[in-house]
Amino acid sequence: MERAMAVQAARRWQGWLEERLGWDRVRMFLAHKEVPVHSGTAWYYFGGITLFLFGIQVATGILLLLYYRPTATEAYESVQFILTRVEFGWLIRSIHSWSANLMVLTAFIHMFSVAFLRGWRRPRELTWLSGILLLGLTLAFGFSGYLLPWNTTAYFATKVGTDLVGSVPLAGPALARFLRGGDEVTGATLTRFFGFHVAVLPALTTALLGLHLALVQRFGISTPPWLESRGDVPQMPFVPNFLLRELMAWYLALGVLGMLAALFPWPLGEKADPFAPAPAGIRPEWYFLAAFYTLKLLPSHIWVLESEQAGLIGLGLLALWWAALPFWGVRPDGHERTRLLTGTGVLLIAWLSTFSVLGYFK
Amino acid sequence: MSVSLTVLLMLAPAAASRDTCRDCHAALEGPLAKPAVEFARDVHAHSGFGCASCHGGDPTQEDPALSMSRARGFVGKIVRTAVPRACARCHNDASLMHKFKPQQRVDQLTQYLTSIHGKRLAQGDTAGATCTDCHGAHGILEVRNPQAPTHPLRLPATCGRCHADTRLMARYGLATNQLAEYQASFHWEALSQRRDLSAPGCATCHGNHGATPPEVSSVAAVCGTCHALLEELFRKSVHQPLFATMQRGGCSVCHGHHKVERTSVDMLDGQKSVCAGCHEPGSPGARLAAEMGRRIRELRSALDRSDQILARAARDGMEVSEAVLRQQEGREALVRARVAVHTANLEEVLAWTKQGMAVAHATWQAGQEALRERDRRRMGLGVSLCAIALAIAGLWLKLRSVEASRPGL
Repeated sequence: MERAMAVQAARRWQGWLEERLGWDRVRMFLAHKEVPVHSGTAWYYFGGITLFLFGIQVATGILLLLYYRPTATEAYESVQFILTRVEFGWLIRSIHSWSANLMVLTAFIHMFSVAFLRGWRRPRELTWLSGILLLGLTLAFGFSGYLLPWNTTAYFATKVGTDLVGSVPLAGPALARFLRGGDEVTGATLTRFFGFHVAVLPALTTALLGLHLALVQRFGISTPPWLESRGDVPQMPFVPNFLLRELMAWYLALGVLGMLAALFPWPLGEKADPFAPAPAGIRPEWYFLAAFYTLKLLPSHIWVLESEQAGLIGLGLLALWWAALPFWGVRPDGHERTRLLTGTGVLLIAWLSTFSVLGYFK
Repeated sequence: MSVSLTVLLMLAPAAASRDTCRDCHAALEGPLAKPAVEFARDVHAHSGFGCASCHGGDPTQEDPALSMSRARGFVGKIVRTAVPRACARCHNDASLMHKFKPQQRVDQLTQYLTSIHGKRLAQGDTAGATCTDCHGAHGILEVRNPQAPTHPLRLPATCGRCHADTRLMARYGLATNQLAEYQASFHWEALSQRRDLSAPGCATCHGNHGATPPEVSSVAAVCGTCHALLEELFRKSVHQPLFATMQRGGCSVCHGHHKVERTSVDMLDGQKSVCAGCHEPGSPGARLAAEMGRRIRELRSALDRSDQILARAARDGMEVSEAVLRQQEGREALVRARVAVHTANLEEVLAWTKQGMAVAHATWQAGQEALRERDRRRMGLGVSLCAIALAIAGLWLKLRSVEASRPGL
């Protein structure tokens, strides 16, 4: 009798919600959503893992905000306070830092897997472009967040980074000044980077992520063309089959993240001293190392341009070329430029990995 | 005299425009050419002075009979005994020196006359060192010039040219081992190895122009110009009046004169004990020194132990920077305890060792707590990983059951 009443109450609530939210349409959509099954299906999980890590970033970032103070005089001490005095503060901060790095890694893996599985083909050009922009925002998160503890390596790496921005032809000096809030990296830069990190970038990311996910739902997960041509590609239901696998991947990511955070807590380093000479071996975060090392290798002048200007123009054009993949990856006759795409992708991966390693050790 | 000085000074600007002395001497050979060659790098030449500024004569005349005419103030080679006053004509003149070196002292001659060198020279001993022996005659360089024989790094060798000369020093009954001993000292190590130009050289203790050996009673004052706190503590100690009575030179009783070695707690007791030189083994003084040594070593070991545990915690990613910073307090207490040895008072040493031990204890506790926290974290990680593994296993079982109900996927 009681159970029947409870079921009746639940149905009433369900009806009330259905009337206001149209939840059944979502349920129907999810019930019919399918994911292609093939040898490359595992690569699809990296998009979800990136999303999961972004969620962790948001959650831990909010917790850090409770204690962090974005001024040159208090930033370092506030992070130190979080690490030593706040209950589980060390874990939250370490997870935030490790998760940021893993998120960059999984975002890169997701991008290359989409490129090689041809997930960018018509009509998914905007999905690809929004993904590329999200990767750019992720890197911007990394760059702005790196400075926030106001330690020596972060301070000087930001100095080098913003110097590079200043080398961008035409708008560079103004852009560098805007980023720094002056001619040098100071407390004003820290405050600005904090603003970018917790307000501007999250707002842009949320909007773009919404668009990206909406587009993924709109067009579904793509099937590689070599399978598509064979026809009758096996599918698995998104709910629960794919979702359960994705959840397993998330748990796995959580385990890796927990291990990294607990066994290798992210170091705080020494407080930045703007008057001290730059310590030897200053380098940016690992995901900027390839670009950084490439710029270091360039001769002082290329044609009429200084090395940094020429390098930034070159890297900028390379990024644009890669972002424009959906527009050059397919010939007008509808056939893919397979060799060009594969060659570009493989060369990019080889350059990123080799130069990152060289940049780290040299 | 004042007229000739005025004439000489008036010649200085002219020398810059024409100097037949240098023209002729540069064309000569051997020792007569040397002054002209060396003078090219001389600090006086760079300030516009010429040969006539010291040697007199008329450098505008090409005829040697006129340019080196006694009537025109030519004095020729300046005899050694006249050198100090010749230099002092300018270097004692504050208004003149102000034009070239506003902060340069002008009491070199006064000081020199009080020095043992000056006194010997005044007595007619021409072997007594004079200005040119240290500064050179025609190629004089500023003290800050690394090539100058008076530069801090070169000064010991410059003094050693005479003071390590056994034949010369035998005339005065002086030892010649000062340079060798100094070059084995910690002071020379600081100067030559670490390039610390503020580290003491010969002139720091003996004076430069007023060079004289410090008397027994003033040794502590000389050392105290740098080691002020040590001197203050020594003056309060029981040793100070005793050493004075024994006519022994304060600091040098334990630390030596020129061969001042790096200090160590081993100087208190054991094989290298300097206390043992006066205090027989088992005597109250020796026991006091040994106790001081024991307490200081105990503090040093405790601080080292804390350093090790903190380094281990830091290596494992624990945040221990506050304790590491606190260690500096302990290290400072250790230094103060070592310094307090100069009071020869155990209570003074204990005051610092106790303070240092309290710090070492606290930092050791902080290190241990950090390692315990590390272990707790690892335990928490283990539990979390088990929970995650269980969750993954549960999801996998669920997936299997779902897919078993829909075969073919």
